[in-house]
Amino acid sequence: MELALFYLSALIAAASTLMVVIHFNTVHALLYLIVSLLASGFIFYLLGAYFAAVLEVIIYAGAIMVLFVFVIMLLNLGQQTIQQEKRWLYPGIWYGPAALCAVLLAELLTLLARSEPHVAGTVVASKRLGIALFGPYMLAVEAASILLLAGLVGAYHLGRPLRSPGERPHGRDQRD
Amino acid sequence: MVAIPFQHVLFLAAFLFILGLLGLLIRRNLIVMLMSIEIMLNASGMAFIGAGSRWGQADGQVMFLLVLTLAAAEIGVGLGLVLQIYRHFKTLDVDRLSEMQG
Amino acid sequence: MLNLLWLVPFLPLTGFLVLVATEGKLPKAYVPWVGAGSVGLSALLAAGVGVNFLGQTGSPMEFRQVLWQWMAAGDLTADFALFLDTLSLNMMFVVTGVGFLIHVYSAGYMAEDPGYARFFAYMNLFVFAMLVLVLADNLPLLYLGWEGVGLCSYLLIGFWYEKPENGYAARKAFLVTRVGDTAMALGLFLLFAQLGTLDIQETLAKARAEWPVGSELAVITALLLLGGAVGKSAQLPLQVWLPDAMAGPTPISALIHAATMVTAGVYLIARTHALFLLAPPVQILVAILGAVTLLMSGCTALTQTDIKRVLAYSTISQIGYMFLALGSGAWAAAIFHLTTHAFFKALLFLAAGAVILSLHHEQDIFKMGGLWRSLPVSFWTFLIGAAALVALPFTSGAASKHDILSAAYTADPWLWAAGTLGALLTGLYTSRLLLIAFFGPKRTPAHEHLGWNMILPLLILAALSLFGGHLEMSHDEVLPRAEVPALDSFTSAITAAAPFAGVLLGYFFYGTEHRYVEALVRHPLGASLYRFWFSGWGMDWLYNRLFVRPFVFLAALNRGDVVDRIYQTVIVLARHGHALLVPTQSGQLRRYAAGMLFGAALIIAAGVWA
Repeated sequence: MELALFYLSALIAAASTLMVVIHFNTVHALLYLIVSLLASGFIFYLLGAYFAAVLEVIIYAGAIMVLFVFVIMLLNLGQQTIQQEKRWLYPGIWYGPAALCAVLLAELLTLLARSEPHVAGTVVASKRLGIALFGPYMLAVEAASILLLAGLVGAYHLGRPLRSPGERPHGRDQRD
Repeated sequence: MVAIPFQHVLFLAAFLFILGLLGLLIRRNLIVMLMSIEIMLNASGMAFIGAGSRWGQADGQVMFLLVLTLAAAEIGVGLGLVLQIYRHFKTLDVDRLSEMQG
Repeated sequence: MLNLLWLVPFLPLTGFLVLVATEGKLPKAYVPWVGAGSVGLSALLAAGVGVNFLGQTGSPMEFRQVLWQWMAAGDLTADFALFLDTLSLNMMFVVTGVGFLIHVYSAGYMAEDPGYARFFAYMNLFVFAMLVLVLADNLPLLYLGWEGVGLCSYLLIGFWYEKPENGYAARKAFLVTRVGDTAMALGLFLLFAQLGTLDIQETLAKARAEWPVGSELAVITALLLLGGAVGKSAQLPLQVWLPDAMAGPTPISALIHAATMVTAGVYLIARTHALFLLAPPVQILVAILGAVTLLMSGCTALTQTDIKRVLAYSTISQIGYMFLALGSGAWAAAIFHLTTHAFFKALLFLAAGAVILSLHHEQDIFKMGGLWRSLPVSFWTFLIGAAALVALPFTSGAASKHDILSAAYTADPWLWAAGTLGALLTGLYTSRLLLIAFFGPKRTPAHEHLGWNMILPLLILAALSLFGGHLEMSHDEVLPRAEVPALDSFTSAITAAAPFAGVLLGYFFYGTEHRYVEALVRHPLGASLYRFWFSGWGMDWLYNRLFVRPFVFLAALNRGDVVDRIYQTVIVLARHGHALLVPTQSGQLRRYAAGMLFGAALIIAAGVWA
């Protein structure tokens, strides 16, 4: 039963990811991405990684994607963007990248198929995760927090509103 | 305990990764490219989770946590940059952003 | 006193250093005191050392003073060491004595020249190098002195460097002697490679012990050393530089190109006589070269119009006599002729310099005339020098030349014939020179006002030219004695008569109103012979065709510089490579991603199929 659920959510994840790549409307693509991430979250749950599943939903689908939505709204793209995307995404553009990705996919699958069959599904409790984070991976946690700090400061500075109507954004001829 | 074939998890992760790659190569919209990168990060996180589950260790989830942190920081800065680019170039076409050429 | 030997070369070096350090800013009155004074002190010391040395008893009569270790590399050790025996003592006397007199003369001659201090600096450096050459204990040190005199010769020939032809003459001298120097260096390499040492006495002893007479090694080594001697001493085939070297001031023509540097080759052969004794073909070659050269240059001297060029060719001719003596086995006679030649040739050049100065730098003898009354000191000293040159009796020249011709006859009658003919030619061109320059109608006004610093050396050298024949030093410890039987009366009569015959012929051709000579020269055969002899037997033309033009041709071919082209190719390739690779840096993000993926695909493929 759980196995069937796994294959179902795998199918949903794959299909919605494909939709992300194809759609012209950015917001639609974004929503499909959220669906894909939710399906991934479910797969994590089935694999026994409960905490990871929750994190996926809260942070990835909940915060990061929402951030995307905010930016799209800020940019106020409109109908002409959709026309633009239609022009950009003509059939002929698929051939090269599709070939390259097909080759890469074939290589990956071949390599993966060579390994012996194993079984995944062991539940790893959050408690063990917590102990690992505060134990061997302490430095990694610290590094991650510094990274987040850097991201915070960078995003704050880059997203700053313009001071006055005549001020130009970060262009190369602005002494800043 | 659900017995899921590990190989299949990895197959799925590989497939999602390739799809993200395809999006990165094909689309010209900067925001969609960032989304494709998110797809790739998610796929690699799935591989980590699967491996952690297969061996029964917490390390897989720890890695996933770090990948998540990475994605968050990257998106924060990346979207800030997208805003600046839009203000300056008035377009989100990544092919127009080719001043570092030659 | 013997321990002060090292000061003899180093005092002139000090003079050089002082003059260089003060960069010509020394007050003009002090310059000759430093310049000539250092050489004068050196001469005094040399005299003291000599007296001390000759007063020694016991044999072998030699003194060695090691100053410091110069080179020590592998098997080669060479010290800066001075070696004194009668041969180097003789040379030392000549260099310091005649050198000092010429320095005093230059104080007067070069007084008006702006390069006064520079002149004395170069002259002092030259005396240092020459003394190192004659006092050297080992061959590398001798080579150091050899190169040093070559350098100073270049510097002094091109002393008036503003005129390009002086620079040309200096370069010609340097390059031609370089050919000889290279041969000599090869000879040194061969000696070291075969015998393992370059100390002169040791080398000669080892060669005598290990190489049989006439062996190939001895012949080749002697030949190479002869090459060096021929270059420095301006003998066939490397004599072309000496006439052009007259572009330098007259005192240096006297010092370098008459008394000292050009005799370095003779000294070298005398010093390494053991090698030449081991290679009889080469020794005969020395004599033949000497004989041919003396005849060639004697004929050329007959045609020259510049007073200094006549004396230059005369020098080449007289050194030919020295080579003839060396080749015939009369080693000591060669050195004796070297000494007397230094006296009278320096005298001739200095007197010629006085004449040139008095005529305001006029050097063409056909523009002179009637000077015997207006320039008395110059005339009488020149006359004495000329008499010694011709080897008239009771002059020093006669004593040495007679020894040489006797030895030549014993070696080979043809050599004697060449030498005697040469004596006749010497008489001929000398009397020509005297008659045209000093007698006959006056063509340029002249007034003699020479300072004492110019008159005194002339007088001293004149005295030496007359009485120096009694100053023969015995070299029995060093040089093999020549076993020369006395000439039979017929031959010795001809030998004695040859100079007189030459002088009489000269008077016949030139003393009267030049009718016969001019008739000879007007005849087409005579005219072409005149031109042929005037050009130095066409040797300059020959070398120009044979060496200079092909080299210039090759240099012109390589005008684009092959090596530079290779470096240019690197640049061109880099540019093309850049041009090829630039399209990959389009600035488009997606292409970069595609490139990365392509590479990743390749690498993973390698992993898949491994």
